[in-house]
Amino acid sequence: MLELKNITKQFGSRTIIKDLNLTVKDGEILSIVGPSGAGKTTLLRCITGLEKVNAGEFLVDGKAFDPYTNRSNDSVIGVVFQNFELFPNLTVMQNITLAPTMVLKQSANEAQEQAQVLLDRLDLTDQADQYPFQLSGGQKQRVAIARALAMKPNVLCYDEPTSALDPNLREEVEKLILGLKADGMTQIVVTHDLTFAENIADDMFKVETNKTK
Amino acid sequence: MHYILEILPSLLSGAGMTLKIFIWTLIGSLPLGLVVGLGLMSNIKPLQWLLNFYVWLMRGTPLLLQLIFVFYGLPLIGIVFPRYYAALFAFILNYAAYFAEIFRGGLQSIDSGQYESARVLRLSYVQTIRKIVIPQVIKIVLPSVGNEVINLVKDSSLVYVIGLGDLLRAGNVATARDVTLVPLVLVAVIYLLLTAVTTFILGRIEKHYSSWK
Repeated sequence: MLELKNITKQFGSRTIIKDLNLTVKDGEILSIVGPSGAGKTTLLRCITGLEKVNAGEFLVDGKAFDPYTNRSNDSVIGVVFQNFELFPNLTVMQNITLAPTMVLKQSANEAQEQAQVLLDRLDLTDQADQYPFQLSGGQKQRVAIARALAMKPNVLCYDEPTSALDPNLREEVEKLILGLKADGMTQIVVTHDLTFAENIADDMFKVETNKTK
Repeated sequence: MHYILEILPSLLSGAGMTLKIFIWTLIGSLPLGLVVGLGLMSNIKPLQWLLNFYVWLMRGTPLLLQLIFVFYGLPLIGIVFPRYYAALFAFILNYAAYFAEIFRGGLQSIDSGQYESARVLRLSYVQTIRKIVIPQVIKIVLPSVGNEVINLVKDSSLVYVIGLGDLLRAGNVATARDVTLVPLVLVAVIYLLLTAVTTFILGRIEKHYSSWK
C-alpha cells in the first residue's frame, strides 16, 4: 500500500499541490484525473521521485520512504512516461536488461531470461532485437512497461498512457492495464481521459486547479 | 619518375610526423573535449566561467600563435617543452576546445526525458552518461567532429613554425632546393590520400551508428 500524507509542492511562490492525501491499495488501480495544468503530472513526478516535495510524507506499507532520494536496491516505483522515453541506442532486449544488470547486479543471463518472460507476456517476442525506431507506438509502450516491470516495482505509474497512441488503441491499453492488475500489479494512471479512467480504475482521484479549491 | 623516387623518402618521413601529430592530437583532445563539454553544462558557476574562458582563448586566437607561445613563450616562465611535445600540447588544447563546443551541442540535444527515465530506473549519473548519453551524442556529433578531424590533417602543417619537419615542410625544402613544383604536387597528393583514408574511416563509423535512429 502506498500512502501520501499532506503532500505540498511549490514551484517558487506558486503552490501546485497543497496538503494532498492519497492512498493506493495493493493490487488496485488508481486513476488521477483532472484538467490539464491542474498538477496531475506534477503529482506523478513527486510520487516517482523526479520532483522534491516541499512538505508531507510518503509511506509504503506503513514505512516512510522518500522517492526523491531513494537509491537503494528496493524498487518501489516504476514509471511509463507519456513519450515512453525508450533508449534509442539500445535494442528492446537491452532496454529492458540495462537497469537490472547495472543496478540490481543481475547476471546477463538472469536478466535476459526474466526479460524474455516479460516480452512473451507483453506480446513482444519478435521485437527483442529491434531498435525503438522500428516499433509502433503500442509496441514502444509495452517495451516501456516491460522495462519498468523488470525492476520489480511495487507500484507502476503511467503518465497519460493513451495520449501518444492512436485513439483506437485505447481499448488495448485498457486490456493491458487490467491484465497487469490481474497479475497483482498496483498501478497509478494519470489521465485526462475520463472514460478511460472510469473503465480501468478501482478508485479515482480528482485534481482540481488550486483557485477553485 | 626518377626524381619522384629520390624525394619520396623525405616526404614520407614528413608524412610520418604529420600522422603522429594527427593521431596523438585526436587521442588526447577527444576525451578532453568530452570532459570539458560535460563541464560546460555543469551547474558549478566558477567551473563554467573557467571553461568558457579556456574555450574562448583557444578558439579566439590563431593556432599558429598558440604554437609559438607554447614553444617560445612558456620557457620564459620556466616551462620548457621539446618541439614535438610543444606541438602536441598546443594542438590537444586547441582541438579539445573545438570538440568541447561540439560535444556541448550534442549533449544539449539529448532530451531531458532520457535522463529522467534513467533516473527512475535508478541508474547512476556515470552509468547514464556512459550507456545512454554518450552513444547518442557520438551519433549526433559525428559529422561535425569529422569536419574537425579532416581539418586537423591539414592544420598539422602549422608545426613548421616551431621547426618540426612535417609533410608540407619536407615538400617546401625540396621545392626550394630543386626549383620545381613537383614536390608540392606530391605533397598535395599525399594529403589527399590521408584525407581519403580519414573520410573512409569516418564513413565506417557513421555506418556503425546508423543501425538505430
